[in-house]
Order: sequence, then C-alpha cells, then structure tokens
Amino acid sequence: MERRSFLKFAAGAASVPALGGGLSAPALAQGAAARTLRFVPQANLANFDPIWGTQYVVRNAAMLVWDTLYGFDSKLQPQRQMVESEEVSADGLTWTFKLRSGLKFHDGEPVLAKDAVASMARWAVRDPMGQMIRAIQNELVAVDDRTFRWSLKQPYPKMLLALAKNNSPCSFVMPERIAKTDPFQQITEYVGSGPFRFVKDEWVPGAKASFAKFDGYVPREEAADWMAGGKRVMVDKVEWVIMPDPATASSALQNGEVDWWENPIADLVPLLKRNRNVNVDIADPLGNVGSFRMNHLHAPFNDPRARRAVLMAMSQEDYMRALVGDNPELWKPLPGFFTPDTPLYSEAGGEPLKGKRDYEGAKKLLKEAGYDGQPITILVAQDQPITKAFGDVSADLLKRIGMNVDFVATDWGTVGSRRAVKTPPSQGGWHVFHTWHAGADCINPAAYTAIRANGDGAWFGWPKSEAIEAARDAWFAAPDMTAEKAAIDKLNKEAMDFGLYAPTGFFLSYQAWRKNVSGVVKAPIPFFWGVTKS
Amino acid sequence: MFAYIVRRVLATIPVMAIVALFVFSLLYIAPGDPAAVIAGDQATPADVERIRASLGLDRPFLVRFGEWVFRILRGDLGVSIFTNLPVTRMIAQRIEPTLSLMVVTLFLAITIAVPLGVVAAWKAGSWIDRGVMAFAVLGFSVPVFVVGYLLAYFFALELDWFPVQGYTPFAQGVGPWLSNLVLPAVALGGVYIALIARITRATMLEVLQQDYIRTARAKGAGQGTMLFVHALKNAAVPIVTVIGIGVALLIGGAVVTESVFAIPGLGRLTVDAILRRDYPVIQGVILLFSFVYVLVNLLIDLSYTLFDPRIRY
Repeated sequence: MERRSFLKFAAGAASVPALGGGLSAPALAQGAAARTLRFVPQANLANFDPIWGTQYVVRNAAMLVWDTLYGFDSKLQPQRQMVESEEVSADGLTWTFKLRSGLKFHDGEPVLAKDAVASMARWAVRDPMGQMIRAIQNELVAVDDRTFRWSLKQPYPKMLLALAKNNSPCSFVMPERIAKTDPFQQITEYVGSGPFRFVKDEWVPGAKASFAKFDGYVPREEAADWMAGGKRVMVDKVEWVIMPDPATASSALQNGEVDWWENPIADLVPLLKRNRNVNVDIADPLGNVGSFRMNHLHAPFNDPRARRAVLMAMSQEDYMRALVGDNPELWKPLPGFFTPDTPLYSEAGGEPLKGKRDYEGAKKLLKEAGYDGQPITILVAQDQPITKAFGDVSADLLKRIGMNVDFVATDWGTVGSRRAVKTPPSQGGWHVFHTWHAGADCINPAAYTAIRANGDGAWFGWPKSEAIEAARDAWFAAPDMTAEKAAIDKLNKEAMDFGLYAPTGFFLSYQAWRKNVSGVVKAPIPFFWGVTKS
Repeated sequence: MFAYIVRRVLATIPVMAIVALFVFSLLYIAPGDPAAVIAGDQATPADVERIRASLGLDRPFLVRFGEWVFRILRGDLGVSIFTNLPVTRMIAQRIEPTLSLMVVTLFLAITIAVPLGVVAAWKAGSWIDRGVMAFAVLGFSVPVFVVGYLLAYFFALELDWFPVQGYTPFAQGVGPWLSNLVLPAVALGGVYIALIARITRATMLEVLQQDYIRTARAKGAGQGTMLFVHALKNAAVPIVTVIGIGVALLIGGAVVTESVFAIPGLGRLTVDAILRRDYPVIQGVILLFSFVYVLVNLLIDLSYTLFDPRIRY
C-alpha cells in the first residue's frame, strides 16, 4: 500500500465517528481561547519578507501584517486601500497619491508618504510590473506627509493595477527604515500597518506563527471585498499551525483542534464533506493553470513542430483526472493560457488542445522536427502531488508519441535548481518540467512571468518570440477593454502556435473550516478580516 | 576512569570533524538551490542568481567551508538562510519536544520491553514466548506512521483520550505535556520495544543456561530474584548496548513521528531544512544529532562498569 493510499484510509477511518455527530474537542483544545482562530496554511512560513521571498505563503501571511496602497476586489478591479485619492496628469506622466489620514504602523508611528515612497522603491526592484515602472520612472518623491508623486517618462496606464494586484510581490507599505533594506536582503523587523501585527516572539518557523489584532488599525468605511474595503478583524488572534501531514490536519480539523484548513488534498475532501461540523468549499475561484514546460534551447523542443506535437497529443483530461480524481467540479479543459471565467480569457488558437488527440499526427510532426530517439529528460518532483501526477501522465504521453523518456524522479528543491541550468540535458540540463501557476497570476500578462518570450530574460525554458512579446506590449498599452481583449487574443494565438508551453488544464482546490467559523470567502488568498468564530 | 572519559571526549573531536566535513561536502554537491525556493516559482533566473549571490552561495567551496568551520569553533552554527534566525535559537526552540519525545519513548520502551524479553526467555517455547516474539515482529514490520495513524484514530478520534496533534511544553504542566506525548511515544516506541525485547530474550536465554543460575536455583532463590537479580544483571551489557545503538533509531523515527503528530521538534526542523536546502540548519542539526549519538554511546560504555564489575577503564 502506498503511503498516500494509507493516508486516505487513515483519514477515512478517522471520519467514521464524526459521521455520528462529530467528537467533542479534547480538553486541551477546549482550553484554547475561543477568540483565537487556528488556521492550517498551505505551507510553512519559513521567512517573512514578502518582497525578498515571493512564495505565496509569505504573501498570504504578509497580507495580515502589511497594508497596500490599492487592493483588488472580487471583480479584479483595483480599489483604494491606504490611498484616499489619486490624481493623474492629463499627459498620463505624473501620478499623485494622497494617503488616508490616521494610518498607523504597529509601533505607533504614523504612516507617512516617505514610507510609501521607500516601500514602492523596494517593491519596484523585484516586481515585474514595478520593474516596468522603474524603467520609465523620472522620480518617486514624497511631497508632504500624506502625499507622494510618481512621475514617468511615458504613460503607464496599468499603474493602479500594478499597485493593487495580488500577485507576489504585492506593493506592501513598510516603515521607511525597513523599506530601505536591499530588496535582495531579508528584513529583520516585521512592522506593518495592516489589521494584524506579527507576534515575533511566538514565531516558531515550521510550527507556528501568530498574528494579533492591531487595535490601532483604521478600516475603510466600505464593506470588505478581498484586498479592498474595510478590513474589520473579528477575532483577537490568528494562529497559523503548520501541519505537513494532510491526514493529521484532517483529523485535527474534525476534532476541533484547528478551525480552518487552507488546502485539503482532494483524497480527503469526501471525508471532510461528510462531517457535519465541517464546511468544505472551493478555496480560490481563480484556481490554477497546470504547466508542461519545455526547454526551447535544446532539440527537439527548440523546434516549434516538436512543441506543437505535444499540444496535439496532450489530453488535459488525463492530467486533471490524475490530479483531482473524478470530481468534474474541480477542473476544466484549458485550450489557452489565461484563467477561465475572467474578462480576458481567450481560446484563440487553442484548436490543437481541442477534440480527439492525434498521436499519429504528433509522431509525424516529431519526425519532421528531426527527433531521432534521443532521451527526453523530464524532471518530476515527487514531493509535490501536482507535479508527481503530471509527471506520470507526461511520461505516458511522450512514450505514446514515440519519445524515449528519461524520467528523473526527484524533489522540488532539485527541480528548482536544475531547471535554471541551460546546458544540454545530457550535461545536467533538462527537456521538460512541470509546475502550475496560480490562476490569479494568469488573468492578464502583468504578473504572468511564464507567458514571456524574451529569450534569455524569459522564464525557465527561455522561449523567444517577438510576436508574443509584441502582443504583450500591446496589452500594456491598450487604452480600453476592447483593445486589451484584442491584444490577448493575439497573444494567446501566437503563444499557442509557437508552443510557448503546454497548459495541462485548469484546476481548483478546496478549503475546509469548522461550522462555528463564519465569514470565510472564496479568494486567491485566505482573508482573515470579517471571519468570526463562535 | 577519569582518564578514560577524557580520552573518549577527546576522541569525539576527530569524529565530529569528520562528520562536519562529510555533511558540508555532501550538501555542497547535493542538487538543489535555496535561492530558487526563496525567489518563488514566478521569479526569473536573474532574480534567483541575485539572491544566490546575496546569500554568498556563489562563493567557492573552500571559502564557504573555511568560514563555516571558523564559526563553529566559536560555537556559532550560523544563521538560517530562510528565517534569518540563528540556528542555535532554532534548535533551542525545537529541542524540548524532541527530547521529551525521546525520554518518554525510552521510558516506555525499557519498562515494557525488558520485562517482556525476560518473561519470554523464562517461558521459552510457550505461547507467551511466541506471543512476545510475534509482537516483536509486528513492531519491526509495521511502519511508525501506520502505527501513528491507527493510534490517533482509536485513542484521539474514537475514544477522545488524547489530542490528535501538537505539543504542550513541560512548563505548562505534566498532564498536558504527557497527554500530547503518549500516542507519539507509543508509535515511535514500537520498533524500539521490539528490538530491546528480542535482544533481552536472546541474552537471557543464554544467561539462564549458566551454572551460576543453576546454583542460585539450587540455593532456593525465588523466580523473581533469579530472573531479575541474578540473570538480568548479567544479561544487561548487551541490552544496554542495544538501547544505546537504538538511539539512532529514535532519532530517525522522531522525524516521521513528529510529522504525523505535528510536533514542532528537531525531526521536523531537519526535514523542512532539507526540503528547502537550508544548509546552515541542516549542518547544525546533523552535528547536534551526531554529538548526541556519540555522547549516548559514551554513557553506555561507562554504564558497563555498573553492570559488570570485571569491566574497568
């Protein structure tokens, strides 16, 4: 029996008593303060600098502690958050921002324009959109205590989007003394102006992180809506309890030892759904985009025909079922690169991923591309359920189209370093690796690093296509939604024809929480404002 | 005796030096890149490269090794690449749960396994003996995580006697502390109990054939006195040796047990550090484990003199 199967069995067995009405929490759990919300995050909070380290778990924790100038609402529109008003000059070159009054950092100091300036300067070094702004920046200066000005050499219509987006790194505002830290060095002080303050003394990396309600926080008047609106905190404290073992997290949730689990694995969801003390629902409606990433530097995938061969033979259903099982609620086919059900979603050029899979056609294309049976090195991280499932399906797919598969079973840490190697696969490089992109990152090209095709500067695989880059630029320059959609259709088609990468499908995941907890919303980030615990 | 202890303590220095060199070299040549983990999946290769440079991971082996050794000689294990916290502080945060787990497991294992082994030897060939040996085979064969899940199911979820997970510091009371440790200790102790019970039985069988046991019996010594005073004391040296060697089993088992029961101990710290390639933490923890292992074996060697007066150092 494989360990994962056993987990399912163990958790299944654990759910049996819960069917009868659930179990009372043990004495230890009952002793915990009712006003403390215990949350099991997706991963360990190993560092806490959301600009230096851009993992999603760091971003999610940072969202409690640091506030942003703007924030996305659930309609993916930027809304003012720390900013009271903004003004853009008629030529679009000068942006002037005024901060809300009464904003305070957790150390009691007021939030000033100089803090925002230093924070944006640090963020702009690391963020792709920030880098674009920085490249055309004239100056970024504080005008007075509450006002700062960003003047540019050319208009940047996506300014508010850049400052509001939820992709990592977000434009968090820190005190100037902290924000002046080199963006490639880690900060050591965790002082923000968000609705929670970080309790550093209670931080045990790998085990626990605590966030206490910040009484000095001034929420906006509007209702909370994702990163926007009034972030009203309804609990005294949020404790993140790190649980690497899904079966343990499942049992702890059923037993009332934790209140909210961010990402239950698909195998355990049916059991949690049967527990009448637990709610289960989709976590993030923007989901994830699976990726079969090819190396454009080396044969055979340096030839677009070989990449297209993969697209025409790939069955996204196989990938998705391997990952989420038979639940059709959890996946969709994705004949494109952008997140389904979002305004810019496009299927232009997506025909190779639709209809019956064409293995013979793929073999023919591979032959035309000059594939001669050389080993195809696939890096498969076995410690990530998603990449493991994808890797197994890919090995089968490539064999079906006549490729000689060199299956490198390894861990994610090794994939992370080896995918950066540009040498030929026979000398330590690679042909294929798998990953997934948060759907929130794929709603447009702004933070979608994987859609770049600027050669050496591109994401791993280093695709190079001027047509794709031109379409991306057209989106940035687009003055309205019609122009944006046209640019995205063009980009999607070019990327599909070029075989930029092979999307393996769109998939969703669940979250689960105790029924005495309310206010949990579906969002790309677990938001703790508005969440109550009875 | 004192000279022996000094000699043994001095002998640990080259052992630790070899461990240090081995650990550092192994991590240097192992694939993986903490900079890539820090940068996140969306980072560009250039970002990863700059982070690597800022962490000093692009410097030559000898420079990094030299700096590390120099720091260790000053008692400084360095700073975690990820948390920016001193490794000594991270170990200090995690040592109590692991130590508690090991102590409770050792206590459980010795108090259960030794009597079981003695009784099995005394009743050799009987159903009791077969039962104990069957239990020992099970203990060896069933993985720790399987035992852990089953215990959690029956005793935490079904009977509601213990919590499913977590750790309560000793300072918050013996009851809560023990309540969190019972299930993990039983899960972890299974293989250890099996090992000690088997070696106790085997050694006792041999001792029970000795002339001095026959003499004790002839002199009218009771079964209890004969078994636990005359026989067990003479069988103690191999048993104690196995207990010492088994500490390595405990350390390895703690990694799994701490994950299954979400105990924030050194085992989980080690696994997390390995997965992230947090080199200073991995190096620090392995050095600590090696030191503990060497120390435990020294104590075991010294304990021989208590059980066998013929042994002198």
